[in-house]
Amino acid sequence: MINARGFKVFRQFEPSPVPFPDGREHTTVAIVGAGPVGLAMALDLGRRGHPVVVLSRLDFVAQASKAICFSKRTLDIFDRLGIGDAIMAKGLTWEVGKIFWRDASDPVYRYDTRPLKDQKRPGFVNIQQYYIEEFLVEALAELPNVELRWGHKVEAVTPMNDGVDLHVTAASGTYDLRAEWVIACDGSRSTMRRELGLDFDGRVFQDNFLIADIRMKHEMPMERWFWFDPPFNPGQSALMHKQPDDVWRLDFQLGWNVDRDAAILPENVEPYVRAMLGDDVEFEREWYSVYTFQCRRMDRFVHGRTIFAGDAAHLVSPFGARGCNGGFADVDNLGWKLDCVIRGVAGEALLESYNVEATAAAEENHIHSTRSSDFLTPKSTASRALRDAVLELARDHEFARPMVNSGRPSTAIVFDSPLSTPDAEEWTDGVRPGSVVVDAPLGDGWLLESIGEEFTLLSRGWRGKAPVGLRVVEVDDRDRLAIERLGLEEGAAYLVRPDQYVAARWKSACDADVEAALHRALAA
Amino acid sequence: MTSGNLDLAPNLTGADDVYEALVDLTDGLDETASLRAQARLILILINHLNDRETVLQAIRVARRPASDRHG
Ligand SMILES: Cc1cc2nc3c(=O)[nH]c(=O)nc-3n(C[C@H](O)[C@H](O)[C@H](O)COP(=O)(O)OP(=O)(O)OC[C@H]3O[C@@H](n4cnc5c(N)ncnc54)[C@H](O)[C@@H]3O)c2cc1C
Repeated sequence: MINARGFKVFRQFEPSPVPFPDGREHTTVAIVGAGPVGLAMALDLGRRGHPVVVLSRLDFVAQASKAICFSKRTLDIFDRLGIGDAIMAKGLTWEVGKIFWRDASDPVYRYDTRPLKDQKRPGFVNIQQYYIEEFLVEALAELPNVELRWGHKVEAVTPMNDGVDLHVTAASGTYDLRAEWVIACDGSRSTMRRELGLDFDGRVFQDNFLIADIRMKHEMPMERWFWFDPPFNPGQSALMHKQPDDVWRLDFQLGWNVDRDAAILPENVEPYVRAMLGDDVEFEREWYSVYTFQCRRMDRFVHGRTIFAGDAAHLVSPFGARGCNGGFADVDNLGWKLDCVIRGVAGEALLESYNVEATAAAEENHIHSTRSSDFLTPKSTASRALRDAVLELARDHEFARPMVNSGRPSTAIVFDSPLSTPDAEEWTDGVRPGSVVVDAPLGDGWLLESIGEEFTLLSRGWRGKAPVGLRVVEVDDRDRLAIERLGLEEGAAYLVRPDQYVAARWKSACDADVEAALHRALAA
Repeated sequence: MTSGNLDLAPNLTGADDVYEALVDLTDGLDETASLRAQARLILILINHLNDRETVLQAIRVARRPASDRHG
C-alpha cells in the first residue's frame, strides 16, 4: 500500500485526537519519535509502571529498507522486554558470514558471529525493521499507562528546571505537553536536537550504496555473503542476505560520483541484480534506495531533562549492524536508570552514567565502522594495495583473516564505568565489571533469563546477608557452564545491574562490600 | 613513552643479497602489483614478529622523514 505522501506503508494507524485542544497537559515521561528506539524505550519504562506518552510525527509504519540484522544482545534485551520469542518465530537465524573476493566461487574466509555456543540466543536474526516496530506497538497496546499518539509532531521545545515543555501539532489541533522527562528518539534529523541548538558532528564517507530489496525464491544457506571486487560489480563491494517472506537484501557499492536519483530506477537496478544472480533470475522489486555512510554523534546525550537515544544521538554506517542495535543498547542502559531516578531510589547523578556509557558505546561503534569503511573503500593506491594484499593472503594463511573487515558484527560494548567497583582480588577468568554477563544454561533455563529487570546477586554459596530488596540467584553446582564462564568459585558472587552488566564481583565478600558496590552502582 | 623492543642496530649479514631479493620481489610487476607484493611481505613479517607494540613502534619510525630521525 502506498499512502498519499508516496510512502510504502506496512501498517496505517488512525491519527490520534488532540487530548486537550489548545490546552496544557502533564506527563511523567514523553518520548519523541516512534521508530524502533522510541517504541522500545516506551516499552521498557511502561513495563516499569511509569506514565508514558509517545509522540509520532507519522501515522504509519513505513515498509522501507532499513535494519534487517538484529544482534544477540538485542535479542537478550527483547527477551527482557517480553518480545524475544515473537521475533525469533518470524526472523531467520544466522551466525556464519562468508567473504568472497574477485571471481573465486569459494570464500577466502568464513567467520562465526557467536563462537561461544550454549547460549539462549543466536549471533543474529534477520527480520525487517517494520516487523520489530509492529511487535513493539502490539506489546505497548497491553500497557494502559502508555499512550501512543500517531500523527503528533513536536514543533517547539522549552526546557525548564523540572521538566520540558513540548509544543505539539496534530491534524486536529495543537497543544502543549509538560513532561518531567523527555527522551528524544526522533531520528538522525532530530527536531529536538535542532530546537535545542545542539551539535551533531562527525564524518560523511564519500561513497554511495544501492540497496535492492527483492522478492524471489532462491536456495542459499542462511549466511551473510560479502564480496570484494566481484566480477558483477568490478572494483566495488556487494552483499547478499536473506530476510523473512522470501525477501533478499542485495547491497551494491556504487562509488561517489553517481546520479542518486537515476540509480534507483528499476531499469538501472535490474542489470546489477541480473549480473549477480544470472540473466534468467525471476524476482520482484520490494524497495530500491541509495544511501551514504555517516558517522556523527552528539557530544553529550543528556541535556538537563532531555535525554537523547538512538539515531538522534548517534548515526553510524550500516556495516556491522550497529545502528538500531546501538539504539536498543541505549534503551537498555537508560531504562533502569531513569526508573530509579523517577522512583527516587537514585539521584540525577545516575543519569550522567548513561551519558558516559552511551557516548563510549557510540564512540566504539564509530571506530569500528570507520575502520570497516576504510577497508571497503581504500583512500589511496597504497591502502588499496594493502587491502588487496590482506585478501590475497587470507585465502591460504589464517593469520591474515582477522584483518579482513566487511563490518565487525555488533556485540555488547564493554566500558569503564563510574558505576563499576574495580576488582579487589585477582581474577584470571570470568566476566569483568563493565561487561555484560555471558549467557549459559542454568537449571532448566538460562543464566540471563534469571537476572530479570532489577539488581541481582549471582551467588555460588555466598554466605552473607544481601541488602534489603536485592534479589539473590543461586548458581547450582550442576550449572557447570555458568560456573565456568563466570569463574564462580565456591563462596563467590557477582553484583549484576538491571541491564545485565556486571557492577562488581568477589571471590569472597562481606555484607558491607556488597552494600557499597550497590551504592556505587546507583551513583549514590 | 614508546613501548616495544625495536632493534635499530645494524644486525643484518648479507645486506646486498637481501636488498637484491627485495628488488626481485617486484621485478617485472607494474606499480599496483609491486605495492601489493610489498604489502604481503610486510604482513608476513608483522605476523612473524608476533609483537604488536614493536610493530607500532616500527611504523612510527618509518613514518618520520630521514631528516628528523636523529632529532
Ligand atoms: C539501509 C539501512 C540498513 C540498515 N541496517 C541496519 C541493520 O541491519 N541493523 C541495525 O541495527 N541498524 C541498521 N540500520 C539503522 C537503523 O535503521 C536505524 O538505526 C534505526 O532506524 C534508528 O531508529 P530510531 O528509532 O533511533 O530512529 P528512526 O527510525 O529514524 O525513528 C525516528 C522517528 O521519530 C519520528 N520523528 C521525527 N521527528 C519528529 C517530531 N518532531 N515529532 C514526532 N516524531 C518525530 C520519525 O517520524 C520517526 O518515526 C540500517 C539503516 C539503513 C538506512
